[in-house]
Amino acid sequence: MKKTVFFGALVGAGLVAGASAAATLDDIKDRGKIHCGVTEGTLGFSARDSEGNHQGFDVDFCRALGAAIFNDSDAVEYIELSSKNRFTALSSGQVDLLYRTTTWTFSRDVDLKTTFVGINYYDGQGFMVPKELGVTSAKELEGATVCIETGTTTELNLADFFRVNGMSYEPLPVGGTTEAKALFEEGACDVYTTDASALAGVRAALKDPAAYIILPEIVSKEPLGPAVRHGDDEWADVVRWVQNALVAAEETGVTSANVAELAKGTDNPEINRMLGSEGSLGAMLGLDADFAVRAIAAVGNYGEIFERNIGENTPIGLARGLNALWTEGGLQYSPPFR
Amino acid sequence: MSDAAIPQAERFKLSMLIYDSRYRSATIQAVVLTLVLAFVFWIVNNAVTNLAALGKPIRFDFLGDTASYDINQKLIEYSSTDSHGRAVLVGLLNTLLVAFMGCVTATVIGVIGGVLRLSNNWLVSRLMVLYVEIFRNVPLLLWIFVCMFTLTALAPQPRAFRGENPEATMKLWDSIAITNRGIYLPEPLFSRSLGNIDIGIFLISVDLLAILAVLGAGIFAARWNSKRANAIQTATGDRPKTLGVNTALIVVPVLALLVILGFHIGKPALAGFNFRGGINMSAPLIALWLGLSLYTGTYIVEAVRSGIQAVNKGQTEAASALGIRPGRTMSLVVLPQAMRIIIPQLISQYLNLTKNSSLAIAIGYMDLVSTLGGVTLNQTGREMECILLLMAIYLTISLLISGGMNWYNERVKLVER
Ligand SMILES: N[C@@H](CCC(=O)N[C@@H](CS)C(=O)NCC(=O)O)C(=O)O
Repeated sequence: MKKTVFFGALVGAGLVAGASAAATLDDIKDRGKIHCGVTEGTLGFSARDSEGNHQGFDVDFCRALGAAIFNDSDAVEYIELSSKNRFTALSSGQVDLLYRTTTWTFSRDVDLKTTFVGINYYDGQGFMVPKELGVTSAKELEGATVCIETGTTTELNLADFFRVNGMSYEPLPVGGTTEAKALFEEGACDVYTTDASALAGVRAALKDPAAYIILPEIVSKEPLGPAVRHGDDEWADVVRWVQNALVAAEETGVTSANVAELAKGTDNPEINRMLGSEGSLGAMLGLDADFAVRAIAAVGNYGEIFERNIGENTPIGLARGLNALWTEGGLQYSPPFR
Repeated sequence: MSDAAIPQAERFKLSMLIYDSRYRSATIQAVVLTLVLAFVFWIVNNAVTNLAALGKPIRFDFLGDTASYDINQKLIEYSSTDSHGRAVLVGLLNTLLVAFMGCVTATVIGVIGGVLRLSNNWLVSRLMVLYVEIFRNVPLLLWIFVCMFTLTALAPQPRAFRGENPEATMKLWDSIAITNRGIYLPEPLFSRSLGNIDIGIFLISVDLLAILAVLGAGIFAARWNSKRANAIQTATGDRPKTLGVNTALIVVPVLALLVILGFHIGKPALAGFNFRGGINMSAPLIALWLGLSLYTGTYIVEAVRSGIQAVNKGQTEAASALGIRPGRTMSLVVLPQAMRIIIPQLISQYLNLTKNSSLAIAIGYMDLVSTLGGVTLNQTGREMECILLLMAIYLTISLLISGGMNWYNERVKLVER
């Protein structure tokens, strides 16, 4: 078995060069669909609905890309990846990009040779505990057993947080959310920690959500965003600017409802350039002129995507917070379309 | 004699490499070997150049970087500020720990089970067949999961031990706590401890060394005493009693040392979220250990059974003709002869168990695969280096085990006359 892994790794490494040398966008166009790496199930971000289709915040960004490139938001194949194997999947060419609640960090960007092209959700790490324990702050967790998913920034932040606060803990490492949830519900660990956004989804999916509380501390910065392979700037540009278009659409008031109308031309040159009625931005990306129109028509602008999947009227119930537009006190901001 | 009769020394022609059966097989082997080497070289070269092109040349210096992650079950001191190299060492020791524990229990299960399997008692032998068939025919990973989830679902949580009328209580005079996070056992403590020696990689307890030294000296003295008794017996025909003196020689100094060191038992106690103190065997360790032992035990049962059955029936009959009881026949006559058939199979089962311990990652036991091939690989992104190292380490462990067992086999095998 070890041998197979070895040769797998070698062959994988062989593929790497092939994949990174060729232009990803051309490969995608030849193939007719995008290979998008998503989580194995994080409610609100990417999870299968009752018909087995992928739904969620991250999924909608993949669909926007499908619409922008093929005018078909279903021209996406979703590949579910665990926290552990996502970077290998990306670098071996198994997926074209990750929209997988992946935190942008220095070492991942520089040393792991992934390229982060934006931030679609500003997050931070939180803690959840059973109410019964009577804990009200993360500083009271001395000696607790903590369930963590391996291969994440979570496990590193956790070690830092407890060390800095001079506390001890017992880590219980698990491979994925499903197992972690089961162990947490059985009381094999006292604390469940991960990105606060995902924590809200996990809590909503517990048998008795009211019996658990999320502690007030947010112990890290987790800027989550799409990642592509290092060295293919054309493809990175496509992913970056489709996401920017969704944010810019919210900034300029373009929605899935009015985009078709506005695409005919407006008196706002920024909207016109973005939607392709002026200039040739689409062609510069190697896409059609109306790429942004299609993306917005398929999934709506950033605000619509947020509200539909994780907003306050969904079971996840997240407030916009840091993810509000910069004009409303948040951090979401698109560079200009010009 | 004419010249013509002397066969001419045949001149070597290149075509003989193919047409002459003396050379043909060597030719084929050389060609195949060259092809295989070329293929391996091509793959390795391909990987190395491509990794270099990706900006990730093969280097092992990441082992010196700070690991930044914590490990729950550890045999040596370790914290998140230590290096990846040390984390790997912790993982390696955990692998060796569970492999050792597993081999011991699997052997005990296997030998007892193998003998019972051949019992004349119908029920007992059928029960053993049932055990073998059930455990052997379900994948090991499932058994490990079964053990883990039984433990986490059925054993009480630490907080069940709390309060005036707790739902759960500790066993054996409040010295053992069985929780769904693991089992906490009492530990030996010394109130006048001699401390530890730091040998660079880990600490060695001076207390332990002292006890071992005193024990060794005691055994040595007892041996000497027995020798003296033998000498007296040969000289006078009377053998002085040695049992009492020998026991005293071994036990008394150790007891005295324990008292001097202030030996006492430290019991685990509930503190905060978990039990503190005592020796902690975490739930993943127990689940993995049980799963591995029960699964591998079935193969050893079969190995022992076949070994026993391979011993000529005449041996048993001869033993009973001499009036030796069945139990002693088994242990004195049959088993020693069965060993030479059992041991080679045992070697491969030990190897299997050790390699199968890599399933640890599935239940969160931090073994070598979970540290080096798991968190370290992930956080550093050094796939190639980590997998190569893993393979090298497992290969070394396996070679050591089979080397050791082969040596033992040489010693016990029947000397044919
Ligand atoms: N943002 C962190 C954590 C990301 C992460 O893996 N989160 C988990 C917890 S929500 C997850 O997505 N699990 C889903 C799965 O198991 O597939 C990182 O990039 O390391």
